[in-house]
Amino acid sequence: MGLSFAATAFGLGWLVLILGVLLYEGFSGLSLKVFTEMTPPPGSDGGLLNPIIGSLLLTSLAVAIGTPIGMLAGTYMAEYGRHDRLTSIVRFINDILLSAPSIVIGLFVYEIMVYPMGHFSGWAGAVALALIVIPVVVRTTEDMLTLVPNALREAAASIGLPRALMIVRIAYRAARAGILTGVLLAVARISGETAPLLFTALNNQFGGANMNAPISSLPVVIFQFALSPYADWQKLAWTGALIITITVLALSIVARALAATGKQS
Amino acid sequence: MVDVALTGTGALPEEMVSRARVLDRLRLGDLVFRNLTRAAAILVLIILSGVIIALVSGSLPALRAFGFNFLIEERWNPVTERFGAIAPIYGTIVTSFLAMFIAVPVGLMIAMFLTELCPMSLRRPIGIAIELLAGIPSIIYGIWGLFVFAPFLQQYVQPGLIALFGNVPILSRLFEGPPYGIGMLTAGLILAIMVLPFITSISRDVFEAVPPVLKEAAYGVGCTTWEVVRYVVLPYTRVGVIGGVMLGLGRALGETMAVTFVIGNAHKISASILAPGTTISATIANEFTEAVGDLYTSSLIALGLILFVITFIVLAIARYLLLRIERRIG
Repeated sequence: MGLSFAATAFGLGWLVLILGVLLYEGFSGLSLKVFTEMTPPPGSDGGLLNPIIGSLLLTSLAVAIGTPIGMLAGTYMAEYGRHDRLTSIVRFINDILLSAPSIVIGLFVYEIMVYPMGHFSGWAGAVALALIVIPVVVRTTEDMLTLVPNALREAAASIGLPRALMIVRIAYRAARAGILTGVLLAVARISGETAPLLFTALNNQFGGANMNAPISSLPVVIFQFALSPYADWQKLAWTGALIITITVLALSIVARALAATGKQS
Repeated sequence: MVDVALTGTGALPEEMVSRARVLDRLRLGDLVFRNLTRAAAILVLIILSGVIIALVSGSLPALRAFGFNFLIEERWNPVTERFGAIAPIYGTIVTSFLAMFIAVPVGLMIAMFLTELCPMSLRRPIGIAIELLAGIPSIIYGIWGLFVFAPFLQQYVQPGLIALFGNVPILSRLFEGPPYGIGMLTAGLILAIMVLPFITSISRDVFEAVPPVLKEAAYGVGCTTWEVVRYVVLPYTRVGVIGGVMLGLGRALGETMAVTFVIGNAHKISASILAPGTTISATIANEFTEAVGDLYTSSLIALGLILFVITFIVLAIARYLLLRIERRIG
């Protein structure tokens, strides 16, 4: 039994170790310049402005594409076809997609977008990330709508509300906190995703927010800079890593808090 | 029939017409919304089949050129365009196995601690902290592994392992060679840290689903905590635990960035787990954008297909097992 205590300490130890090193290495490089200057050539000063903008663009577009699709699919599963065959198949497939290797998603988007278009592009990156958002949102939407009490639906039906309006006005409202939690978790997940961006959005040293051209993003820049032999690039990689981690952890804590308040009310 | 009823209520015809129109519109809206959601659900299926079709069609040139040999050939030579997948497959399996070897016992122990021993007030914070480990993006594990963990292993752990097992007959093969720091052992350890939260949180959830009566009965006849876990909780939750482990395995098999940083990217099979190797996902991540020529690209996509098939099978089994235990719990 002492062993299980040791195991827990072991698990928590990693968290402390990783965050500790990250804070130590990342904070020393953190300055205003990081947010206002572009990525530098090796040997000179610079910041992470273009990858930050790129990441924000890619993430928000991916959420904009993925959330409606995921919510609609989850709605079908929970509201219209709760017991039909299609729902159980979709649920199974969705669970597989949820934990499918993200690099395979990158390959898929390369095949369907990058190769036919002939060049890497921000759009391809956004689609790749959207494909990761969809299963997360499908799952939480379905789960949260299933939790909505049937009495609410029956009450809506009894005053003659059509089903579509009942879902939009009543069920969505009741499940709002839960669905939002799902979206936040999806954002947390994709803001650190690197593998699907490597050969869709690629990277772009010269900034620019053109979605039709290669666009840089924080994770890809971290990957490139960390593996480079230049000390100042490695420093920036640590700083970028700190920014991403803080963002992701903040998002997942907010999502958790939201889920907790949703459960109580 | 309707008309009779309408005149009966004394409503004006125009009013009825407009009401019918509103009803029609609502019905139409309902129909549109229903089909929209249905289309979105079907889209999920289309995405998965699209992934499979795209991977298969992309890997056809390589499969046609190398046939079944692709699976058993070790050589990976972009210059002569001879490609074989066995080295990355081997690396993927070895690193994942190492990860599970460490993460499964530790994960189960933590779950046990959280459900049986931990004071109530600490349960939630510790559970959340472990789950935060799952939230850290894999690239962070990668950069940490490369700059902190690998040098640490190289300096302190690996020389010790080599010295310790150097004279043991069979095990010495596993720990041969110079301590590079990066290599399959490092990748396996980092994967272990990454899948730990998945195994922990699923095992904790299924452990909590054990009816208290069963546990109380066991405690009542004088079982120790360990005996309760070993003979009551684990047998009861076996299916769910295996499902959780498979889910973790699926993660470990497909994990890309963390492994890419520390695996060393060497296309060869070595018995020693200290040696650099490569995994399927690391190979794709490292080489895809630099791949010149259709055959090279196609071989990498074929690797992706192999990875997808392996993870698909593992995840399908995991989901099936978890579904079974969900049904039993109800």
